[in-house]
Amino acid sequence: MNLTTALARLLIFPGLLFAVPAAWFFLWVERKAVALMQGRIGPPFMQPFYDFIKLLGKSTPPRSGVSGLLMKMWPLIAVSAAAGAVGLLPVLPSSGGFEGDLILLLALLELPSICIIAAGFSSRSIFGEIGSAREAALSVSYNVVFLLAIVSIAASQHTFRLEALAGLPTSPLHWLGVVAILVCLPAKLHINPFSLPNAEQEIYSGPMTEYAGPELAMWELSHGLEWVAATGLVATLAAPHLTLWWLAALVFVGLSFAVVLLLSAVAAATARLAIDTTVRFYWQCTLIFAVLAISSALFMRIRS
Amino acid sequence: MNLWNRLMCYSRRRSPWLFHMNGGSCNGCDIELIASLTPRYDAEQLGVRLEGSPRHADILCITGPITHNAVNPIKTVYDQVCGPKAVVAIGSCPATTNVFIDSRTLAGPLNLHIPVDVFVPGCPPRPDAIIQGVAKAAEILAERAAKKLPVEPVVMPLVGPGCGGACGCTAADKSGAKEAQP
Repeated sequence: MNLTTALARLLIFPGLLFAVPAAWFFLWVERKAVALMQGRIGPPFMQPFYDFIKLLGKSTPPRSGVSGLLMKMWPLIAVSAAAGAVGLLPVLPSSGGFEGDLILLLALLELPSICIIAAGFSSRSIFGEIGSAREAALSVSYNVVFLLAIVSIAASQHTFRLEALAGLPTSPLHWLGVVAILVCLPAKLHINPFSLPNAEQEIYSGPMTEYAGPELAMWELSHGLEWVAATGLVATLAAPHLTLWWLAALVFVGLSFAVVLLLSAVAAATARLAIDTTVRFYWQCTLIFAVLAISSALFMRIRS
Repeated sequence: MNLWNRLMCYSRRRSPWLFHMNGGSCNGCDIELIASLTPRYDAEQLGVRLEGSPRHADILCITGPITHNAVNPIKTVYDQVCGPKAVVAIGSCPATTNVFIDSRTLAGPLNLHIPVDVFVPGCPPRPDAIIQGVAKAAEILAERAAKKLPVEPVVMPLVGPGCGGACGCTAADKSGAKEAQP
């Protein structure tokens, strides 16, 4: 991948120019789907865009010193990491990529969550600290399953290159991994039943409590970009291999949309779990599947 | 006004985020504010979102007759709401202290302490009246931010049964509203 294609992927498709409207669209789809399932009409189509513009026009409280600077930096790091993760997705066939880009994608997907933890602690608000502690506990529980699932997929296909993973024929083991990733997504995107870090009416807004104006707009945007990147990862792993570029892009967008709908249905149908129940869920119930997936992947690799 | 300012004004009108605060209310108005977000009234159609932190909010919704203990927290929260902002006084209590008038535990109506933009009368007001008040407050907020003009407080008309046609409703609307009562 040379510099031009890398820049084009980061800035145009599937990078910023595509990802930012897609982030707003997915945020709207989630809110609208939840509203429809609750028998409401829900927000208008442009709502996340209006929210974003309005937040850009609001004033921010003055912050001084190192912690003030850090508080301004975290949302920007989160947005750039999420945008970079979207840019790495191999949407178009033969779009390049390099050996090990799956590892970079996982790191970039994890950065927004680390930024949220750091932001909550640097805001020095008691609610922010509780939210950050919850986010950290949540991250430690779902990431084990998430990473084991991805490693099992990569090990069964003998590659850490995203495009090669998307192109290879799928096996039952592959689908087990995709299901394990899907189970982790509600926790990664902080939606019900794992909306613990930003638990509204419980700890105010968690790590975001002290944020206002353009900084909050950046957090909303990074949340939307996380939606695009996480659903895009599932779409990449689940999509059939296609050579026509427009069909591949269409299938990618359609699959991402289906994943958003599925997650919204889960969010609308469930209530928030307590932190100990959540940690137990990931460590006791889903870890078994992840260990099964990775051990059978390694077993098959040794046999072949 | 250039394009960006017009877009900003439009977005402010379409995206009012609320922060709800109780100033010694009996909980009647608080329940009605929550009811305006439920499937029957669905304020989210107007972009309304109930926020957990005053820093995120545009509109401060205050209920209750403002007790002595509530004055300082209300002033603090008002300062924490980032501008441009608006205040909606929900119910008759923050406007006039209602039936609690002359009580020695009260620090008087809300507009003695912070500037109020919209009064929504009623004991308690109906959820549709609250939604109307919030929409009006969002309009005031957007206009004030665009033109930098002080805007006089607005008293919303009573809505629903007993309004005497003040809200411009017809007899058919009122019979429908009566049927809606359990």
